[in-house]
Amino acid sequence: MVSPNKIVIKELNIWFGKIRALKNLNIAIFKNEILGVIGPANSGKTSFLRQLNRLNDLEANYQATGEVLLDGKDIQAINPELLRKRVGMIFALPQALPISIYDNIAYGPRMYGIKDKNRLDNIVEDTLKDSFLWDEVKDRLAESATKLSGGQQQRLCISRTLAQYPEVILFDEPCSGLDPISTAKVEESMLKLKEKHTIILVTNNTKQAARVSDRTAFFLTGELVEIDATEKIFTAPSDKRTEGYISGKFG
Amino acid sequence: MKTTTKQKIAFSTLFVCTVIVVLPVLFVLAMILKNGAGAVNWEFLSSMPKDNMKAGGIYPAIIGTIYLVSLSTLFSLPIGLFAAIYLNEYAKENMLTRLIRLAIVNLSGVSSVVYGLFGLALFVTFLKFGVSILSGALTLAIMNLPVIITASVEALASVPYSFREVSLSLGASKRQTVRHSVLPFAVPGILTGAILSLARAAGETAPILFTVAAFYLPNLPHSIFDQAMALPYHLYIISTQIPGIPQEMRYGTALVLVGIVFSMNIFAVIIRSKFRKKKKW
Repeated sequence: MVSPNKIVIKELNIWFGKIRALKNLNIAIFKNEILGVIGPANSGKTSFLRQLNRLNDLEANYQATGEVLLDGKDIQAINPELLRKRVGMIFALPQALPISIYDNIAYGPRMYGIKDKNRLDNIVEDTLKDSFLWDEVKDRLAESATKLSGGQQQRLCISRTLAQYPEVILFDEPCSGLDPISTAKVEESMLKLKEKHTIILVTNNTKQAARVSDRTAFFLTGELVEIDATEKIFTAPSDKRTEGYISGKFG
Repeated sequence: MKTTTKQKIAFSTLFVCTVIVVLPVLFVLAMILKNGAGAVNWEFLSSMPKDNMKAGGIYPAIIGTIYLVSLSTLFSLPIGLFAAIYLNEYAKENMLTRLIRLAIVNLSGVSSVVYGLFGLALFVTFLKFGVSILSGALTLAIMNLPVIITASVEALASVPYSFREVSLSLGASKRQTVRHSVLPFAVPGILTGAILSLARAAGETAPILFTVAAFYLPNLPHSIFDQAMALPYHLYIISTQIPGIPQEMRYGTALVLVGIVFSMNIFAVIIRSKFRKKKKW
């Protein structure tokens, strides 16, 4: 049998200049699970997420030690473009590019050299259906994506990430700017996506982690406090600090 | 003193200062228009100078200026743009890039006559291009580089950083990101800067003085290795070097020069305002 681990992280440390963002992180992420990552500000959850597609590489003064293995292979040994194609990302604010809805989704595929119009058409339709946006935008694919509402833009971003056929999808507080109805729609698509993808969801909203994630990890000041089945974390956490955060005593 | 009175005094002071800024421009324009408008007609724009430049038109000077401006853009725009892309997108913040930035700022402060001397030494004498359109255009291009680089860097920097992150996160390479997610959104700003620098090139006298400008040529230039007449230099000689030129001709020439520079600036403003309307981030 194939190992159930999609990503294995060993002794990961991250610094930005003198600030240590992540300390001795060891964690394994299973195939086709949604791993929720919760924790207060500056707990290192976003640094952790951006390490997985090597977006941290762009920061000045960034340094890291340790290993991140994707399907057993060190991601530092994978070409960053190929890695980012395999590990997609949805940002906190909907980041639709100011081009048409169609072009937003076709952006990735075009970069990998897909030019065939029919193939692109199919990709756009399929991915928009996967994010439950197709019915709302199918008649105005040529319009600027910036005309969509925030929730629609975030689902467009999900479609755009799906268009690169990633194996892992990183969600970085994807609903922080959305109303409850849009949030529900994004969560609905996440649950559908885990059939085919491994999902890591960083969120400030502990309830969201409780709703959608299979396992939840709690980060505090750059350290992993505990990781366990979501049910267990929210009902009987083994660490006092986790309990304190979830029950709203700090954070 | 009551607060409202104080406020009124402050507002009036600011208003007066603004008027003082605008007045000279209006005054210059009005004077040139009043004295020169009578001279400008199709004949004046399209015929060669006659009778020791005391009569006839300024056609060769207009053509020379157009040649110089276009050729210098051909050199300065690509070089300036690529330098700006390097500085803003690729260069790491270190001693070398700080030096480059400092050099660019200083270059834009160098007086234009120094560029003229530099062009004479490098292009005319050392590279043996002679006194020619090529030498003049290269000199103007170097003078314009700092302006184009600065404007382009600003235009690139105004494209949100998130566009780059999104593009990279979608698996695009650095080059693809710059090409598809940064440049298209910076083009209007770059164009505006480029046009403004062109307008400046059209109006400068000193850089072309030793490198290209001819006092008088009976024929139009045939190649970039020929000398050419140019509007600012023509205006200078008919105003100071030759006695007895009708005043109307001098102001007419000034009007054409200012008209060219002005319409280029207005064009830049139009591009910028169109872009502002479309801008959505």
